Amino acid sequence: MKRALFCAAVLFFTICMPVATQAQNPGTIFIQNATLLTVTHGNIEHGSILIRDGKIAAVGADLKAPEGAAIIDATGQFVMPGIIDCHSHIAVDGSVNEGGPAVSSMANIADVLNPDDIDIYRDLAGGVTTANILHGSANPIGGQTVVIKLRWGKPASDLPFQGALPGIKFALGENPKRSNFPALPGAQPRYPGTRLGVEEVIRQAFIEAREYKKQWDDYNQRKAAGEQNLIPPRRNVQLDPLVGVMEGKRYVHAHCYRADEILMLIRVANEFGFKVRTFQHVLEGYRIADEIAASGAGGSTFSDWWAYKMEAFDAIPYNAALMTERGVIVSVNSDDAQEARQLNQEAAKSMKNGGLSANDALKLITLNPAIQLGIDARAGSIDVGKDADLAIYNRDPLSVYAVVQKTLIDGQVYFDRQKDIAARATLAAEKQTLLDKEKKAAEAKKAEEKSEKKPETKPDKKKKPPQDDGESVQSGVAGGAR
Amino acid sequence: MKILTFSSRASALILAASLAFPAWTQTAATTSYAIKRGRVFTLAGPPIENGTVLIRDGKIAAVGAGIAIPSDAQVIDATGLEVYPGMFDPVTQIGLNEVSAVSATVDVSELGDYNPELIAATAVNPASAHIPITRANGITEVIAAPGTSGFDLQSGGLIDGQASAFNLAGWTMDEMQINRSVAMVINWPSIQTRTFDFATFSIKEKPYADVKKDYDKSVNALGDWMDRARHYAQAKEKGSPALYERDLKLEALVPVVEGKLPVLVVADEARDIRNAVDFCTKQNLRMILGSGAEAWKVKDLLRDKKIPVVLGPTNRLPEQEDTPYDKPYTEPSELFAAGIPIAFASFGTAFSRRLPQYAGTAVAYGLPHDEALKAVMLNAAQMFGLADQLGTLEPGKLANVIVTNGDPLELQTQVRYLFIKGQLTSTDNKHRDLYEQYRKRPQPAR
Repeated sequence: MKRALFCAAVLFFTICMPVATQAQNPGTIFIQNATLLTVTHGNIEHGSILIRDGKIAAVGADLKAPEGAAIIDATGQFVMPGIIDCHSHIAVDGSVNEGGPAVSSMANIADVLNPDDIDIYRDLAGGVTTANILHGSANPIGGQTVVIKLRWGKPASDLPFQGALPGIKFALGENPKRSNFPALPGAQPRYPGTRLGVEEVIRQAFIEAREYKKQWDDYNQRKAAGEQNLIPPRRNVQLDPLVGVMEGKRYVHAHCYRADEILMLIRVANEFGFKVRTFQHVLEGYRIADEIAASGAGGSTFSDWWAYKMEAFDAIPYNAALMTERGVIVSVNSDDAQEARQLNQEAAKSMKNGGLSANDALKLITLNPAIQLGIDARAGSIDVGKDADLAIYNRDPLSVYAVVQKTLIDGQVYFDRQKDIAARATLAAEKQTLLDKEKKAAEAKKAEEKSEKKPETKPDKKKKPPQDDGESVQSGVAGGAR
Repeated sequence: MKILTFSSRASALILAASLAFPAWTQTAATTSYAIKRGRVFTLAGPPIENGTVLIRDGKIAAVGAGIAIPSDAQVIDATGLEVYPGMFDPVTQIGLNEVSAVSATVDVSELGDYNPELIAATAVNPASAHIPITRANGITEVIAAPGTSGFDLQSGGLIDGQASAFNLAGWTMDEMQINRSVAMVINWPSIQTRTFDFATFSIKEKPYADVKKDYDKSVNALGDWMDRARHYAQAKEKGSPALYERDLKLEALVPVVEGKLPVLVVADEARDIRNAVDFCTKQNLRMILGSGAEAWKVKDLLRDKKIPVVLGPTNRLPEQEDTPYDKPYTEPSELFAAGIPIAFASFGTAFSRRLPQYAGTAVAYGLPHDEALKAVMLNAAQMFGLADQLGTLEPGKLANVIVTNGDPLELQTQVRYLFIKGQLTSTDNKHRDLYEQYRKRPQPAR
């Protein structure tokens, strides 16, 4: 389905770069005359936001633009905090699953960030500024995860959200027990194959991690006490992240569906003295909202997904509202590059299903995921001192009719709808030029081969004109780019 | 297990669920209703302020302002509310697919590539939990189409069988059915050199020449089936059973080659759409394009050949990396502007209730609002030959009516009353029941 993949990526990149570079020097920016949905202190009509050096410097209805500030006139428009997607798999090079071992904590998503993934740009165009990039759910204990800002056009090293704690993916239920992913022909099924085994794998891993941690603690203690000639314990890259979890330096984001398995993980976490930061999907969270709230974990769920597998058959679209009612910090996430660019719509559904207020619905995709990711001092609301990560819509973002006009990260405009539209003609022309060039080259090559191999062939044989989709060109382009 | 303090209603529900009782209710006694003082959107004329819709014996009896209300009619006061024809999702797997990952609950795609004799209605489960859940969002009728896929991944053959239209309420399929056979579903073969192999979770590449060869073979086979169906029809016309042996597959294709039954051709890429149109033109088939992600690239062709398009979800990613980011959102308005009839469909089961969201997103990106309403209420009925029964609030039509507290395409709008076949139908469903049940869960003891 994704033909012309490679040349397109190159093209898009070059076209979109100017948008980012133009805003390279943020300086002072003044967004004026908009309805501000601050999330923390109500809505401000005809409000303005002053941005200095990437941070929100002032918010209010009676601000004056300072001399020399770049003005963004948002008359009649709505500004909300940039959307935070607490469950995303964009910007990952290759597979998100290291599915070999049942404990793949040695794998790190941060190592395989792909800044050229077009879905970064697409989600940015949906108002998303921050995403929690997770490992897949093939293992009870999965790989390490990273929070990124959608800084399209910047290298991979510039994507991570500085200061955000790293995470690790856990997964319970059908995916880690591989219910819907039978072993390849000739291969042994991987343990575990039941929810019983999923718990055992996690418990066993933490028993080992606790022992490992003890070895290091002892070593560090003795070393600090001045003991000489000590041999440090052997490093274990599988257990290191779990030690991080026990020390509260790494968040657990646990993929889960059913109430029983959620309670299981709460028990195991208590046993080893760590906290689950978020339950992801948590489709049956509404059944045990009190227990989740008491554990201190957040719930990051879908709006209205259900019935795609057995453990999703009792999912309800009231989940976010009901968990909120019971005191759980709830976010609505995407788990999908498309769903991410309509998270404003998905959040609005919790007003219909469960009667959340407009502000509480907005929180599901802003402040609450910020709290869940431990970045609420920096993101999630329009407040002085926070990063200027903002989404500007032409109307109330909780309406199905709202369209993102601009998305800002650190006060820089990373997406501008008008500029995107204006660049399309150039982009199309450039693509055509490249295609023509490739087509010509391919034809020349074909002619050359013909004359080399079969000089006796009559040249007047009817030649099929190349199709305008350029499939004959495709392989050549792809081969060259790889 | 602890004794729970469920309400009697909730307990009854659990009992009902355990008996696989179809969770739908229609009041049986009343046959006549008057919806009064509503803002009535007939879709056959301008909205009627303070209008009345009279329903009798399952049909719409009268629509207008200042209509006398018969004494035997049950009156629904729609003051401050809006009245519309129910929404119509023309490509779904509702009733054929309960839990998509559990194959025991899925009857969407039969084995083999050519199954024209199969009819969706055969296996639509009237007790499916999807039915009350979908109708609660204002969708009153759907078409179940075998072999189609949407969010719930299924891979079909080439000729997948006949799609069936039915109302989303009824005790049996016989009661629900609107038309057993509204279209023959063809999944148009696609030339894909790179495909994702779910078995090995990797991308497989094949040389173009090989793929093209397979493709040509498939298209030739499709043409062959149509030719054989024509010969079969001729043989049958001659009358003598000695001249032909009964063949269910060819028999099913006869209305197709005679132009009586449209073909719903599911295709996305521009090249595939062009080839499908070419095929249907040569074969003289009545084509409806399904999905059509790149239909915007072949607008002129579709308009010239008068081919309507049942669009897949507006909320999807662009086909190619360099396709404008909003192309799926603007496509409906582009097709409409080109004069091509469009309807929205979910192509799914669980997401059928997102139908108004798909239309709403298209409005955000340029589709006129009244056209979007038609594209979820009326246009599909016209495409599939059901407009004499459905699609507008006009006397004589089936009384599939929704009464909402606002714009039915907006995300927060609630369906207050729902009429299917002229019966006031419950919007209760599994999801709301679970919500009510667990909302009442007492705080656990600490």
